[in-house]
Amino acid sequence: MSDLRTPLARARGLGSARDGLHHWWAQRLTAIALIPLVVWFAISLVMLSGADHAVVRAWIGSPLVMVLLILTIGVGLHHGQLGLRVVIEDYVHGDGRKLALIVAVRFVAVVFGLAAVVAILRIGFGG
Amino acid sequence: MSVANRPVHRPLSPHLQVYRPQLTSVLSILHRATGIALSVGALYLATWVIYAAASPKAYALFQGFNTSIVGRIVLGGWLFCAFYHLCNGIRHLFWDAGYGFELKDAYRSGWIVVAVSLIATAVSWVVGLRLV
Repeated sequence: MSDLRTPLARARGLGSARDGLHHWWAQRLTAIALIPLVVWFAISLVMLSGADHAVVRAWIGSPLVMVLLILTIGVGLHHGQLGLRVVIEDYVHGDGRKLALIVAVRFVAVVFGLAAVVAILRIGFGG
Repeated sequence: MSVANRPVHRPLSPHLQVYRPQLTSVLSILHRATGIALSVGALYLATWVIYAAASPKAYALFQGFNTSIVGRIVLGGWLFCAFYHLCNGIRHLFWDAGYGFELKDAYRSGWIVVAVSLIATAVSWVVGLRLV
């Protein structure tokens, strides 16, 4: 069977996204991590229905919740960013626009993630 | 123009418009749609803790939206997206491991995903609204 790839491309093994297996693997790892995290967070969110500011702050500030919430937001944003990248690669044509959007999505994810972590730590350590 | 410089016109995927909708394709599209919605939802979640860290007045503003009719629909919709994407994501992980590729199995797991995510959403709504 003939291979449409050049010998160099085959040797590099990076595929059409020029990224190899790394993206696929990261998406699966974050997916597995998010299974317990999302179940925990969804139950917590329902239980917090009608809670006021003080209750929410006390909840966020407890050590276990701080760890799980930082993980949920961090891993969730990373997983979302990986997924959006695939959507952009599929539907946005033209290398320039594609790259610009992928970079923009990553920047937004990092900024919101970092801001959320700072906010959680501020609540936990009484800032 | 040399061969190397000629623009390549390879077919671009996917061609959604040529397919008749069926459970498997609809669920696949829904997986992407809920994924996009949840990405926006993750930003909203980040905004929530940022507001919680700010003043009680700022949080009251944020909470005012959450407790409005629109806010409830957004949060309830977020829950459905989360449950659906979670269940269908597990279905995808089984496929990645090489299980459930028979057409019969793909349909059965698809209906299970639909049922579980709808039930989980309904239970969350009932419990959540009772606590309010």
